[in-house]
Amino acid sequence: MTRNLLLFAGVALLFVLTGFVQSWNLSLSILNMALLSAIMAMGVNMQWGYAGLFNTGIMGFTAMGGLAVVLISSRPVPVGWEAGGTGILAGLVLGVVTIAAAVYASRTLPKGRKRNLIVALILVGGFVIYRAVLDPAVTAVEANDPATFGNIGGLGLPSLIAWPVGGILAGIAAWAIGKTALGLRSDYLAIATLGIAEIIVAVLKNEDWLTRGVKNITQLPRPWPVPMEVDLQQSATFLGWAQSFGADPVTMSTILVKLLYACLFGLVLVVIVWASERMLNSPWGRMMRAIRDNEVSAAAMGKDVTRRHLQVFIIGSAIVGVAGAMMTTMDGQLTPSSYNPLRYTFLIWVMVVVGGSGNNWGSVLGALLIGWLWLIVESLGPAVMGGITAGMGDGWLKTHLIDSAQHMRLLTLGVILLLVLRFSPRGLIPEK
Amino acid sequence: MDTLNALVVFLNFVVVPGLAYGAQLALGALGVTLIYGILRFSNFAHGDTMAFGTMTTILVTWWFQSMGITFGVLPTALLALPFGIIGTALFVLGTDRVVYRFYRQKKAAPVILVMVSMGVMFVMNGVVRLIIGVEDQQFADGGRFVISAGDFKTATGLAEGLAIKSSQAITVGAAIIVVAWLFWFLQKTRTGKSMRAFSDNEDLALLSGINPDRVVAVTWIIAAALATIAGTLYGLDKSFKPFTYFQLLLPIFAAAIVGGLGSPLGAIAGGFVIAFSEVIVTYAWKKVVTYVVPESLAPDSLLQLLTTDYKFAVSFVILIIVLLVMPTGLFKGKSV
Repeated sequence: MTRNLLLFAGVALLFVLTGFVQSWNLSLSILNMALLSAIMAMGVNMQWGYAGLFNTGIMGFTAMGGLAVVLISSRPVPVGWEAGGTGILAGLVLGVVTIAAAVYASRTLPKGRKRNLIVALILVGGFVIYRAVLDPAVTAVEANDPATFGNIGGLGLPSLIAWPVGGILAGIAAWAIGKTALGLRSDYLAIATLGIAEIIVAVLKNEDWLTRGVKNITQLPRPWPVPMEVDLQQSATFLGWAQSFGADPVTMSTILVKLLYACLFGLVLVVIVWASERMLNSPWGRMMRAIRDNEVSAAAMGKDVTRRHLQVFIIGSAIVGVAGAMMTTMDGQLTPSSYNPLRYTFLIWVMVVVGGSGNNWGSVLGALLIGWLWLIVESLGPAVMGGITAGMGDGWLKTHLIDSAQHMRLLTLGVILLLVLRFSPRGLIPEK
Repeated sequence: MDTLNALVVFLNFVVVPGLAYGAQLALGALGVTLIYGILRFSNFAHGDTMAFGTMTTILVTWWFQSMGITFGVLPTALLALPFGIIGTALFVLGTDRVVYRFYRQKKAAPVILVMVSMGVMFVMNGVVRLIIGVEDQQFADGGRFVISAGDFKTATGLAEGLAIKSSQAITVGAAIIVVAWLFWFLQKTRTGKSMRAFSDNEDLALLSGINPDRVVAVTWIIAAALATIAGTLYGLDKSFKPFTYFQLLLPIFAAAIVGGLGSPLGAIAGGFVIAFSEVIVTYAWKKVVTYVVPESLAPDSLLQLLTTDYKFAVSFVILIIVLLVMPTGLFKGKSV
């Protein structure tokens, strides 16, 4: 126990040192990203640590959370919605109905060539109708002032509502993928989730009517109680405050905003950690671990392994979705091109493994530590590389080395992951 | 005449690119399937092994070019390829010695090995980006076309041209040679037979005196060679960009699974299934259809099922269908 406290104190010291040596602004923004990563790591830990499911699609579930923020809290675009909102909705409903009909047909009809033919016909016919309904609506929506709108807009509701919705959207995606890939070999889930993540991000990048694609959706509202920096700088009470601290109001307002975010994220993290601990120590948690350790014997005890796997897969992905929504709210914009599997999938994995898979506190610690490392290298890397190469003459090699310092992160993380897996596979805070 | 034109358009935009892409995927999937069959895990680092091999080949190509060595009409990269293969094989054998061997001896669960391969993927990705950067690299030289569209039009008098890039011809030719050699090696040589025996039943193979270290080393060398060849051909045909190679992981795995993991024949079939589906679904069929149907029926829309941005969705959907309908793949791989 003392060892764990010491580890957390050590990580806290890292953040404090960053604050004193570099700036509190940087330290807090790293802390915020690390807190979000910690929530994602909790979701992954539930899947991997509790149940042994290998999910490589974390990026996709994060992106589903981002989509939720756009749908719930971006400003409404009434013209765009009137132009084709109903058409798009009808198209999407038709798409779902087609798939449902195909699934129903393949379940109820007797096996054979006739069934395959009917299912194929339903799918092809459904796809043609779906495109016929959807395409004109999409063209109409995207024609509406593409430089500023061109999308159907959101509901304009507060961001806080978008967070649970992000979880729900991610959970639905997880249900669809889990239904098909769970119950097969463990590697298949890894490959299928890798694929679904790429597809989700491709949809966000290319469906302009939904997310404005690479044109990005900006000006997403702040969650309650976080104010805008500009408003703070104009409020008399705040200025008086800043004066009494003797601080520059601009710096102080950014720090205050980040602190509020940190409190908000920390609160969500605490709630999720508490719930996860309850789950882990409940009969349900013991059953999950029993399934993970020996599927055959758990099945023999009457546990429905595939069903439980699906359940934990959905819950874990939903948690990742909530964190994804929180991240998009904090950024204030959705930039689909920023979703990168190395950053949003594999980095989270490193956090879980380094922290100690199967242990919730381990995941939090791993996320804070690796998150700090990942972002500090971004600001320190070029400087360190500059120091190393200081003795070298100016030339292409020196420029090349300094430019590529940021890629050292991948290398370092890979080495850390391999070292932990090899020499300390149970992580910093091992499972009890 | 119109039918001929339609056929030429079809050949030019669907068959030729599909064949070349299919050959590249097949070579990649062969590597994945061999490692799966013998080392018994899905190697997530395979895309980055391809990137590493291609990078080595590109560096040697540049060195050759700077010395004025070229390969005539053929790209210099083909001359550099053996060096790329040697470099990659050494690197991969090194990772096996340092990383994978420990888990093999411990008989770790496959999912742990998948995770370890993810770590190797990170390292390789980092090395490649560190050495060559993240930008696009063009390294094709030599003759550009075997048949250019203009020559084809003047020779045949058709309105549509058929272009075959030399990189496409080389890809298909090289793939045929490599696959023929691989099958001869697996079927006829002593080492190849011991590899198949090891894949079928490890314990029995060990009992009959097969040296496992040798089998594993040969497998890694062949996988490295296949990855380097596939990567270099892909780079010659399109261009080299580390992130694209990482993304190739999905179609390659889809190809290997569609064919049946562990089955070399299946990997080849799977490669072409994935490649042709991708090309057919993302191709705009308007031109072909306009030639074939009477003028009054000519379509207004592009007749494109999906935009090229969604080509990953194609391999994914095929993957899902195969997983649902026949989880062992077309050629009865060993998995379930």
